[in-house]
Amino acid sequence: MATPISQIFHIYSRLGFSISYANAKLLSAKSLNDIINGLIVTSTTGIYLTEIGKEDILLKKDAMESGMAPKEYQKLIKDKLQQLNISWIKKLLSTENVLLEKQTLFWHNHFACRVRHPYLMQELNNIHRKFAFGSFRDLLVEVSKSPAMLIYLNNQQNKKAHPNENFARELMELFTLGRGNYTEQDVQEVARAFTGWSFNKDDGSFEFKEKQHDDGEKTIFTRKGNFGGEDVINMIISNKQTAYFITKKIYKYYVNETINEERVKQLADFYYQNQYNTGALIKKIFTSKWFYDAENIGCNIKSPIDYLVGLSRQFSITYNKYNVLFNLQRVLGQQLFYPPNVAGWPGGKNYIDSTTLVLRMKLPSLILNNGQVDIPDKIDDPDDQKKEEILENKKMETSVNWTTILEENKGLDLDKLFKVYLLKMPSQKIIEKIKSDQSLGVKEMILKIVSLPEYNLA
Amino acid sequence: MDRRGFIKRSSLASGYFLIPGFLKPLGNLNPEVTKKNLVVIQLSGGNDWLNTIVPYKNDLYYKKRPQLGIKEGKLILLEKDLAFNNSLSLLKQFYDSGEMAIVNNVGYPNPDRSHFRSMDIWHTASQSNEFLHTGWLGRYLDNECKNSFEGIEVDNYLSLALKGKKLNGLAIKNINQLHKELKVPYFNDIAEAAKSDVLNEDNQGYLYKTLLETSSSVDYIYEKNKIVSNTFEYPNTELGKQLKDIAGFITSGISTKVYYVSMSGFDTHAAQLNKQNNLLEQYAKAVSAFIVNLKGLDKWEDTSIFTFSEFGRRVEENASAGTDHGTAGNVFLFGKNLKKKGIINELPDLINLDDGDLKYHIDFRSIYKNILHDWLNADANKIISADVNPFKVL
Repeated sequence: MATPISQIFHIYSRLGFSISYANAKLLSAKSLNDIINGLIVTSTTGIYLTEIGKEDILLKKDAMESGMAPKEYQKLIKDKLQQLNISWIKKLLSTENVLLEKQTLFWHNHFACRVRHPYLMQELNNIHRKFAFGSFRDLLVEVSKSPAMLIYLNNQQNKKAHPNENFARELMELFTLGRGNYTEQDVQEVARAFTGWSFNKDDGSFEFKEKQHDDGEKTIFTRKGNFGGEDVINMIISNKQTAYFITKKIYKYYVNETINEERVKQLADFYYQNQYNTGALIKKIFTSKWFYDAENIGCNIKSPIDYLVGLSRQFSITYNKYNVLFNLQRVLGQQLFYPPNVAGWPGGKNYIDSTTLVLRMKLPSLILNNGQVDIPDKIDDPDDQKKEEILENKKMETSVNWTTILEENKGLDLDKLFKVYLLKMPSQKIIEKIKSDQSLGVKEMILKIVSLPEYNLA
Repeated sequence: MDRRGFIKRSSLASGYFLIPGFLKPLGNLNPEVTKKNLVVIQLSGGNDWLNTIVPYKNDLYYKKRPQLGIKEGKLILLEKDLAFNNSLSLLKQFYDSGEMAIVNNVGYPNPDRSHFRSMDIWHTASQSNEFLHTGWLGRYLDNECKNSFEGIEVDNYLSLALKGKKLNGLAIKNINQLHKELKVPYFNDIAEAAKSDVLNEDNQGYLYKTLLETSSSVDYIYEKNKIVSNTFEYPNTELGKQLKDIAGFITSGISTKVYYVSMSGFDTHAAQLNKQNNLLEQYAKAVSAFIVNLKGLDKWEDTSIFTFSEFGRRVEENASAGTDHGTAGNVFLFGKNLKKKGIINELPDLINLDDGDLKYHIDFRSIYKNILHDWLNADANKIISADVNPFKVL
């Protein structure tokens, strides 16, 4: 059974990064079920980020031993993180497994982490990939054992004699239960349960340091026992509130920032009954009839990554200098591997202020015409690039094959063009305004449409 | 009922509140409510306050800083055994005239030594384990203002400090250029066409509201600013230019309450002395020009300046003649009618340290509360949730 093309545009704005008219036409011959099944990737071939080699786990040690100046070392780390960022961007621009990237972005934000260890950051990202559609419990265990998270949330300092509560608190507040579903005493006791969770600095493998672990009795969620870290995770998972907390966030991400409480509860029940199988939950969402209701179309704001990757994919843009994309992420407010804090990017309207909106409205004509954009440096970072480099980066150096795009859209009148690029229509007055300029060619029309505020809606 | 409460109530009664911001006639928005404005100068990177306001009578200072400790002979002595770094010489005049206040040991509980996290905490005024998405000045805009332009950051991009839930401040690096960009036919057409549209509360409506708010605010500032010609000479530095722009905005009569600028480069892990001295000199020159300029324009009594950094640095110098990330530090306030002047509180305690770093005595949020309540006439408790009393300097 075929799928209406308008539905394809809608799904691809959510489980992918927008889609060109030509590709949407091809897909519409398939049934909805086939499209979604094809996107829930179960193979693990080629899904990982591999830019940073494993030998880089010793980067710090090597630098210290070779007497590298601290400044030089900082610069090295910074460059590697940028390489890592760009390697992900390249994947986002070219992959066919768009839903895998979309769900990895979800976990990247949910388990937000920021440490100056490129290899460990990459490996945390690969955990998000490996378990993207799998069991949330398994994902949670792996994330909790990952060196990046152990460092970021100070579990290295969480020892029997001096428990550190950072990980325990965020585990419950941000990763699973949400505020108000645990007590301060739970935080202290959960911290004790995770004492001794550590890793081997030479190979990055998880290590349980028995001597640092507090194996005494703890009272957690009113239960008494000699609990360890995995026991805590199991207790958290068996609490339905966790299923609700994650489902609500997934619903906001894929369906609507404004939630339908009844629906979220039903989905949370489903998630819980399916042992937190994230793939099953996602499939349930995209095959539900209500997902295609008008209220759920074009209602969310594209994140900077959605925006940049979507624009690039829709127009098959090639970049000569990926640094441009690295800097654009920052000024638009979402730079991969640099979340603002452990709570991740707040998202939605938070991405929009006068500057970012004006920039988003100007970017299509800049990128699609190889223009220039002013990206100054604002964050104080002594290792940051030199001024000249930044000036150099201002030039977009992009290329777009307009011949192909025009060929693809041939025969589409203006009303149809609006529907190809926008999920929500502007007011009649604005449509009339654009239509009234008879002198515009199709290329100019398209540029105008994607420069509208509505192009920022998904 | 105080005067401010009265104006609020009467404007509510006239239905003025019900009109969305972007539809209101601009330029005559109760200009007499308050002309007071705040200028925030952020020193990014973590300024080494111990080499800025130097405890030169404390032997420990020299002991922990054999390379970096500045000798008494090279300092400008103040009261209470403290001294200015020589690079701040131009600020001495304001210290002497009682127009400068120096607060020691400012920080917050459970300090975070990461630049971005600590800056976040200063921007949002959150607890160190709390994550807020709005800045303290953004919430001031939300609660007390009606237009974006009431908070201006002289920069290309807006800091979290100025992001509110309903209202964001405006980032303006160059008003003429921004105006030109927004007035290109297509942008202008969309904004014009949208003006009479009914905008919903949804995200589409939000995008248009932001666009219209930006467009009308930029128009308003541009028109007001057009007639200003400020020929006063400022140092030819980034901060000098930014403060000159602010002096221009203030003279133009726009009803902006908060101006924000930041200066970077303070992350001095290595070879600190010259680097920091140079930065402090740039700071002092620009601030001094700004104050003298405003005095000449008869605008100084309406303005207060607040300077902070995300943290101070370690007491002990490192092996590269620099200093690493620390905790508490100083803040500066400048103004004509300060409640407290000069050096306000006790010297930094170099003996009782927290893991090698200074312990804070004054929570920075108590200074925010003072600024909001006593200078900007705002309901500070609605904006800052921390349970601290205002620390009255302004």
